[in-house]
Amino acid sequence: MPDATGTTRYNEKMKRIMDAVELRQPDRVPVAFQASFWLARYGGISYRELMYNYDKAAEIMRSALIEFDPDQYYPVHATTIGRVSEAMGFKQIQWPGHGVGDNQPFQYLDREYMTADEYDDYIFDPTGFYLNKYLPRVGEAFEGLEELPKFAGLYYNHLLAQMRHFGNPGAVRALAALQKMAEESQRFIMHKIGFEKDMASLGFPVTHGAATNAPFDYFGDYFRGAKGILTDMRRRPDKLLEAMEKAGVLLLRHALANAKASGNAFVFIPIHWAPDSFMSQEQFLKFWWPQCRKIILGLIENDLIPICLWESVCTKRMEAIGDIPAGKAIYWFERSDLVTAKEVLGDVVCLRGNVSPSLMTTGSPEEVDASCRHLIETVGKGGGFILDCAFGIPDETPLENVRAMYQSVQKYNA
Amino acid sequence: MEENEKRLVDLVADMEEDDALACAREMLDSGVNPLRVLDLCRTAMDIVGKRFEQGEYFLPELILAGEVLDQIGAMAKPLIIQTSDKPAVKLPKVLIGTVHGDLHDIGKNIVTFMLDINGFEVKDIGIDVPVARFIEEIKEFKPQIVALSGFLTLAFDSMKETIEAITAAGLRDQLKIQIGGGQIDETIRAYTGADGFGLNAVDAVTFSRKWTGDFSHA
Repeated sequence: MPDATGTTRYNEKMKRIMDAVELRQPDRVPVAFQASFWLARYGGISYRELMYNYDKAAEIMRSALIEFDPDQYYPVHATTIGRVSEAMGFKQIQWPGHGVGDNQPFQYLDREYMTADEYDDYIFDPTGFYLNKYLPRVGEAFEGLEELPKFAGLYYNHLLAQMRHFGNPGAVRALAALQKMAEESQRFIMHKIGFEKDMASLGFPVTHGAATNAPFDYFGDYFRGAKGILTDMRRRPDKLLEAMEKAGVLLLRHALANAKASGNAFVFIPIHWAPDSFMSQEQFLKFWWPQCRKIILGLIENDLIPICLWESVCTKRMEAIGDIPAGKAIYWFERSDLVTAKEVLGDVVCLRGNVSPSLMTTGSPEEVDASCRHLIETVGKGGGFILDCAFGIPDETPLENVRAMYQSVQKYNA
Repeated sequence: MEENEKRLVDLVADMEEDDALACAREMLDSGVNPLRVLDLCRTAMDIVGKRFEQGEYFLPELILAGEVLDQIGAMAKPLIIQTSDKPAVKLPKVLIGTVHGDLHDIGKNIVTFMLDINGFEVKDIGIDVPVARFIEEIKEFKPQIVALSGFLTLAFDSMKETIEAITAAGLRDQLKIQIGGGQIDETIRAYTGADGFGLNAVDAVTFSRKWTGDFSHA
């Protein structure tokens, strides 16, 4: 770690990142650090412990930051969700001790959490739909909320009698479970805030404070499931479009509020359904991009910096997604060729990525070094580039390869 | 092909779900042999598969075609009178599953469907499949192709272990192995010892055809 005070180092790193975002040439190519379960291996603990033990996870992350000295790090608390998931009785993931083994990562379950004929319920009254249908389906702690009074439409003395439903057995149970969950949720967030403050004082900025999703991905991943959303595009395109219009407003509202609360200008948008091979360009321009663009622009208008992680290959989308104000966002490409991205999008967005997971896990440190050097010297030319893995450090990556990657930014420059 | 037969093929291939179902219902009600209706659906699926390969259709169309096929199948199958006069055509076999540790199945399901509509007998043994289960299934099902799916990076080692176990069981020479998933590339193909890898469902079909002879598209 260079010999400098935390504040100086923090400012140096932020300047390097902001130079990249604003498409200027930084003093050297910045490097980001995203690791989830790789940290468990690095620290010699089980995946399960990493998910449950806030202090231990933070201690390992701290050591990693001191060793690798990245310019930005992904919040470790995105992984330490064991306790709070248990308190919620989270049904959408399986995690160590809850469906998978102690050394397996948590995994999302692609299911239909909203049926096709419930689009109307969502569109008419999203909050009512959440309370009565959606929440009890995704978390055990919410079971019983459907017994609460149906607030919308109540008025004057109707309120007097209807509030008795707060005493329904399911509602009582749900409120008690949620109270308990809230305690864990508070502990979790306070720990996150404390840790990030400590790391900032050591000179390490966190990558982002808030996260959101494209409206299509929100419905596709978390409501309708893959099969549901894909058939909706053909069977009920108008309903899907109407629901996304509504959801877009809600997603942006949450992202703005969360970003404000975090005091961090970066907002992470992991993107799942945009790849070239998933839908036609025509479908992309109808169902996917305009709705996501609205969120991206909404964030930018509020002086926030979207970090869009374009999963898989999105080369055919590059021209369309370049239609945003220049120097205001980061596009992190997982498998798209960054040299092509530089040609198409180099004047518009800062690029991030993308040392391949196969190389990180099975290659030699020399090969990792060569790949990083290539990215730094080609994609980094003229600025506007942050070096990173394709989508975080793969859990199975040998330590020497991680070292090779973080040393490369000190050795090479654009 | 008669006019109403061509109509059914077109409706299914053109994603006109409601009309396709009504047309199939009408044909079955008027006494058309249910096996003929299913044959027509196969013809339509051939067209869907080709349009997908040519980049005209994408996942929404592939999934919807599968749904239409299932619904027409559900109408037609109860009407089939079992006959033993025609020996069943022997199709080349593919065994597919997501390797152990990985619970993802979207990609695997799409590959299964594409192989199925392209004339393979596909046995899908699900997700998080232990090595030993693959070995048992290979002995029992005797596939010419084994397809290993996985989305997470942990699948690299699971695929490698599975292929090593197939070799150790003395089964490697009688079959070809392909791997696929979000993170798979040539480096991982070489690492795992697979014969091929695919970036999408079309690659899976091309690989399987190559190693079993181009029986259905000769």
